Amino acid sequence: MSLLQVQEISKAFGGIRALDACSISIEQGSITGLIGPNGSGKTTLFNVITGYERADTGQIRFGDHIITNASPDKVFRLGIGRTFQLTRIFPRLTVLENMHVAVQRHDLKGLLSRWNATHEQQRALELLAFVNLTALKNMPAGNLSYGQRKLLEFALILIAEPRVILLDEPAGGVNPAMISYLTDRIRILNERGVTFLVVEHNMEFVMELCDRVIVMHRGTKIAEGSPAEVSANPTVLEAYLGD
Amino acid sequence: MPLRASAWPYVNITIRLGSCSSYAGKEDVSIVGIIIEAIITGILTGGVYALMASGLTLVFGVMDIINVGQGAIVVLGAYLSYVLEQQLHIDLFVGLLITMPLMFGLGLLIEWLLIRPIKRDRTMLSILITFGVALIIEGILNIVFSADYVQLHAWYVTASFPVGGFYLSYIYVFGFLLAVLLLGGLYLLLYRTQFGLSLRASMQNRAAAELIGIDVERVSAITFGIGIALAAAGGMVFGATTTFNSGSAYDLISRLLAIIIFGGMSSLRGALIASVGMLVIEDVTSVIWSPVWASTVFFVLLVIILLIRPQGLFGQLEGRKQ
Amino acid sequence: MSNSKLFQGTGLLLLLAIAVVFPLLFPNPAVTTIAVFTILFAAAATGWNIFSGYTGYIALGHAAYFGIGAYALAIMCQDWHIPGGYLPFLLVPIAGLIAAVVAIPLGGIALRVRRHTFVVITIAIFFILQLLAYNLRDLTNGSTGMGLPIPTDWSGDFFNTPFYYVALIVLLLAIAISWWVRNSKYGLGLLAIRDDEDRALGLGVHVEVSKLTAFVISAFIVGMVGAIWAYFVESIYPPVAFDALFDVAVTLMAFLGGVGTIAGPILGALLLEPTQQYFTLQFGENYYLVIYGAMFLIVILLLPRGIIPTLTERWTRLQAIRSQRQEAALSLSASEQVHIGKRLIAPEAEQASPEEEQAREEGINL
Repeated sequence: MSLLQVQEISKAFGGIRALDACSISIEQGSITGLIGPNGSGKTTLFNVITGYERADTGQIRFGDHIITNASPDKVFRLGIGRTFQLTRIFPRLTVLENMHVAVQRHDLKGLLSRWNATHEQQRALELLAFVNLTALKNMPAGNLSYGQRKLLEFALILIAEPRVILLDEPAGGVNPAMISYLTDRIRILNERGVTFLVVEHNMEFVMELCDRVIVMHRGTKIAEGSPAEVSANPTVLEAYLGD
Repeated sequence: MPLRASAWPYVNITIRLGSCSSYAGKEDVSIVGIIIEAIITGILTGGVYALMASGLTLVFGVMDIINVGQGAIVVLGAYLSYVLEQQLHIDLFVGLLITMPLMFGLGLLIEWLLIRPIKRDRTMLSILITFGVALIIEGILNIVFSADYVQLHAWYVTASFPVGGFYLSYIYVFGFLLAVLLLGGLYLLLYRTQFGLSLRASMQNRAAAELIGIDVERVSAITFGIGIALAAAGGMVFGATTTFNSGSAYDLISRLLAIIIFGGMSSLRGALIASVGMLVIEDVTSVIWSPVWASTVFFVLLVIILLIRPQGLFGQLEGRKQ
Repeated sequence: MSNSKLFQGTGLLLLLAIAVVFPLLFPNPAVTTIAVFTILFAAAATGWNIFSGYTGYIALGHAAYFGIGAYALAIMCQDWHIPGGYLPFLLVPIAGLIAAVVAIPLGGIALRVRRHTFVVITIAIFFILQLLAYNLRDLTNGSTGMGLPIPTDWSGDFFNTPFYYVALIVLLLAIAISWWVRNSKYGLGLLAIRDDEDRALGLGVHVEVSKLTAFVISAFIVGMVGAIWAYFVESIYPPVAFDALFDVAVTLMAFLGGVGTIAGPILGALLLEPTQQYFTLQFGENYYLVIYGAMFLIVILLLPRGIIPTLTERWTRLQAIRSQRQEAALSLSASEQVHIGKRLIAPEAEQASPEEEQAREEGINL
């Protein structure tokens, strides 16, 4: 059974059908790429899955839970993390403080304790080391460069140990050295059991990293398969060129 | 903190209602008659409030700022009309030909000096800045005119004519006609001129408007000026129908804000409907229940709309930022 | 400890030490009266800051809770026939609690909307409460106002002293709460809400509850301030209990000193309240409206973050420049980025150099 299943999700903004009976399914432990021409609904799909937008119809299942139209915090707590196209971090907090925001705390005692309690601090520092931002841990996140922000945002959601991570254009606007660094980090996490769904326009990145690729066009899935299969698929080429 | 001399003007409400009609000796006053009267007054006053509120809505729509100084501006407009009438014996409506351009200029000045410099956090900081401007205006008015209540005078303020079972003061009708005229002019400006098109585009999407070559800064400045000028006109009618002093600004702004939230923050249609609607309800409550509670009703309505429909009647629900 | 915290911490301790002995050094009642008001404002500003400073939702109607606290104390003293003296002070926390309890539904309604509409709602609620104070005559005695018990056995010179120390206790409490919130997980959540509320929500922060709790806490503190104030001035009327200018003063103080910092509101109160009292004495009431308004504008336009953060930033930058001069070869802007870039490509390479660490440590805790 798949880990994350989107069934017949539709979403319209006024007259525009951003998602049209879209169905995709993500297997546990996979790295799936989600591609498609601009306007095909990829980011909207992410938004609907993570609760930032409401779906008009359809259902989303994550493990044993139905998460259709759940609020973003519930989705996050169930184990789905996500990054944004335009990285969203907390600019006035330091890098380290940013890391601690995502740590789960439900009990009153946890809330009342110092924000950088020992065991969480350790984990935060570990993750910062993982993305090589340790040196900048006390810097206001707003001062980070674009690439550094992407790494921070990535590390942020890792601290909650999500089972699925949705990455929205992680390679967008980043230099090649960084891209290969990211690919490397994603692979390591994947080996530890994290499932990935990656929206990207950078084809090299997708082909290199993903074991499966789903192609979207006009709000619905038009093809899926291995990177090689998809790149040879005439429907896919038509979607990109024809529009 | 010392006791403020210009305290609560809720007294104004009763005076306003009182001065608009008299029963000329009728003993048997039907409740329906009173209610109809209240509705009519409500509509007429609502039109004037719509005038003042539309300035707020326009400014918010184009510039994303909330001018909490609008109440003070209205009172300033009222005082200006007062000075013109008292010192130069210029008729109130004629005086608008002077006060409105003057206030328009003031609006341009405020926008250029105080609002344009803000680059980040515009909405939040604009609230604080216009608050500061309101304080300064109120303070200056207090110094110049003292805290004594005044009212604008003209033949049509005191004279009234019979309508149905009661007497209606002319100023209410004239004021309403003024509001209709100005709002109509605003409509023409918005929908029949090039400038209006630029304004509406800026309201819809500021960044996109800039990209297609609209000088959004200029549009913003002029819009702000228009908002202030409209408030000045509203101020004249306000001053003619209510006794006021510098402290009246608080009551006014709280009502205007309640109106635009109720109607939906950037909807002109909402501002109009909310103005008339809320004023009618207030006036009817005043006669059915008590004038003292009428103002509370105003705000209670606001709370109710927030519970049921936080974006107001015609506002847009702010989606989660993705 | 970061620069800013050290700076604020020592400053505060110094001030508090002075504050404790102040009435003994300056027993003149005129002076201590101003001191009492200043401390009360400092406490109110700190309370306001716990909500508005940390979450970024500017509440302009907190005078509502001041008024509730004031009337709560007045009504309790009247109904329970409390005589003047030390007893009413024991009721002050209860008055604060009453304000806090009222704040729960009011805050709940107000927080349903986004930031700028929120400001307006708080103003509207404030006006409703003021109206209620006027109209619920049976409860509040309407515009005639209510009196509070007068401690007749306290002689003229001594009178201010208990008020002073009680106010100081409330201020200390406010500072303690503010400090604790700032350093807790909960407080981090609030700051995250301030920066990007939806992102915070998406990262698991309990946004709604957090905001409301901060709101209620700040109402509690401001309510206590209102109660002490009412007792101090011996009577309470609707326009005084619900005074829009109180909000202006509190907001201005917090902005002037530094919104979101712990010592900022207190610094603001220290600067503003004595100044305002002085101005009123010299020039009369009308001018201070203009001056307040002008000050408001100046602070917002020129010092939008307030004194403490601006000073801290300047100081840190000075440190950074100093270390930059010491290490002339290490230009911080260009080569630092090359350094980071290198480390990204070859992560197993260098450690961060100590100079970089120091330079990076801005430690601006807003």
